[in-house]
Amino acid sequence: MKHGPSWFNVTSVTLGFAFLYLPIVLLVIYSFNASRLVTVWGGFSTQWYGALFQNRELLDAAWVTLRVALLSATAATFLGTLGAVALVRFGGFRGRTLFAGMIYAPLVMPEVILGLSLLLLFVAVGFARGFWTIVLAHVTFTMCFVAVVVQSRLVTFDRSLEEAALDLGAHPLTAFIQVTLPLIAPAVLAGWMLAFTLSLDDLVIASFVSGPGATTLPMKIYSQVRLGVTPEINAASTILIGLVTAGVIVASIVQKRRATRRLTFV
Amino acid sequence: MTAATATARTRPMGKSIGPVRRSFAPWLDPDAKPLVEFRGIVKRFGETVAVDHLDLGIYEREFFALLGPSGCGKTTLLRMLAGFENPDEGTVSIDGKSLAGVPPYRRPVNTVFQSYALFPHMTVEANIAFGLKQDRLPKDEIDRRVEEALTLVKLTGMGKRKPDQLSGGQRQRVALARSLAKHPKVLLLDEPLAALDKKLREETQFELADLQQRLGLTFVIVTHDQEEAMTLADRIAVMSKGRIVQVASPAEIYEQPNSRYVADFVGDINILECGLAGRNEGLTRLECPGAGAVILLSQEIAADPGTKVFFAVRPEKMQISLAGPAEPGVNSLYGEVWDIGYLGDVSVYHVRLADGQTVKATVANRTRLVERPITWEDKVWLSWSPDAGIVLTK
Repeated sequence: MKHGPSWFNVTSVTLGFAFLYLPIVLLVIYSFNASRLVTVWGGFSTQWYGALFQNRELLDAAWVTLRVALLSATAATFLGTLGAVALVRFGGFRGRTLFAGMIYAPLVMPEVILGLSLLLLFVAVGFARGFWTIVLAHVTFTMCFVAVVVQSRLVTFDRSLEEAALDLGAHPLTAFIQVTLPLIAPAVLAGWMLAFTLSLDDLVIASFVSGPGATTLPMKIYSQVRLGVTPEINAASTILIGLVTAGVIVASIVQKRRATRRLTFV
Repeated sequence: MTAATATARTRPMGKSIGPVRRSFAPWLDPDAKPLVEFRGIVKRFGETVAVDHLDLGIYEREFFALLGPSGCGKTTLLRMLAGFENPDEGTVSIDGKSLAGVPPYRRPVNTVFQSYALFPHMTVEANIAFGLKQDRLPKDEIDRRVEEALTLVKLTGMGKRKPDQLSGGQRQRVALARSLAKHPKVLLLDEPLAALDKKLREETQFELADLQQRLGLTFVIVTHDQEEAMTLADRIAVMSKGRIVQVASPAEIYEQPNSRYVADFVGDINILECGLAGRNEGLTRLECPGAGAVILLSQEIAADPGTKVFFAVRPEKMQISLAGPAEPGVNSLYGEVWDIGYLGDVSVYHVRLADGQTVKATVANRTRLVERPITWEDKVWLSWSPDAGIVLTK
């Protein structure tokens, strides 16, 4: 029997990855372009990174995006975890199906519709649009992703561990915080990462619900691209890609280490 | 617990406790109040009735076993005592106080779970200390009790390990130590030895019984293993379909089962269908046309002659021989050896009677002879004494 991957496998994997990542690699390469023209290579340079840090508008937008992502991911993780616990632990309560459906609806709902309906809501209740409306909107649409991730972990969670905690005299809340939460922490963390990343690169919903003075980085990039792509945008995008990649790598390392530890504990 | 542990250390097991143990039977004392009481318990899960109008009293210092096949309601009963399930009808009480509405974390009972349910993210010490911290005990008291519990289960020095660094048997001990450290009024054990291999299980059984006697605690164990129940318990409740069929000491359950169900569930037994034919000279006479035998036994039966009854006799109480007994056909059966099961210590002879039913007889293998005097297809007589069997009416 032949060991290792066959030529066919190697080729298909290479082509697949090329299809997915070639555009991104191209973008990263051109962010180091010395030429002002995006499509013409003019030698290696990091000048656009320098220029980027001089561009106040872009930096402001990045700062807004980061704050929105941190706040909304944290709130979404909190709510999504609670939702997942309710779905898995409280059994067949009245209206469970409706509750589950409503939690997962944003998962499949077109972003345009979600954005539009949130815009209508904010206008209807007279909520001044800006930073906080973006945070709220992002909580709404990322919460379901957290709920899905946490729920899948809770389903396989050994229920008797919680019962043991109760049996030993712990109040249900103490049992949850001291026993359940540390053990589902990798899933909660992964959920947070997912929510953070989703919020970081959302354009559609943010465009609907933002107001003057609150422009996120994707919105900024999009509006500048309409006037023509500059190498500065490439540089900003590269930094964004770097951040997201680092986040994903950290999350998967955390998950993997926990998983191997769980495996040895049968 | 300290006092009990201390005495146990200075006093070797067996001699001094043995006789005390033999006379332990509070259930025979009409004035004794049970520590744990189930009254009129009904529990339904949807359409199925898990526990059906059940009454049961468990006494202080008793080692009580709930025995039955899976789905008989024994675990549900235990979970109702722990507080994880609430009865639909009836009351559970400890020390005369009803537990209705008392959540699991305020009950004076602790459970050793079948899966042990050790917290994988905590060390052994932290696992044991978890329950004590919930009671807000002072730190030095917690440390002392953790150390005491570890000593009790012979795991001193293992405190810093995580559960995944322990063997199955050690994990089981940690689970036990964690529950015992709380000094519960009643310790509940849900199939605690099911995950251990046979040898380790037997060892742990004796340790568990020893621990229970030394600490003078009340243990309630749920098991489907009749040998385990017999080894450990002072009394066994045999359950079927949400009801208790019989509650009695292991010897009584084995020698005086009250029904075919109990007789058949605990150990091996031969059951013959007979008709009651009256009583003379102090012996009850049964006629069993199917098996082709007349049975005389000392047990008195309060039923009219002609009533259909079941005669039950354990395989080890039968003698097997090639020569016929003094009175052929009285307290004896004639048949052909159909199969022989060699188990090492004993051999089980399956003897086929004229009507086609098979009867088992066990013979202790007292010699190392490989050639047995009785072998396949031999015509043999099975016989027993008048007090070997029992008549069951249900």
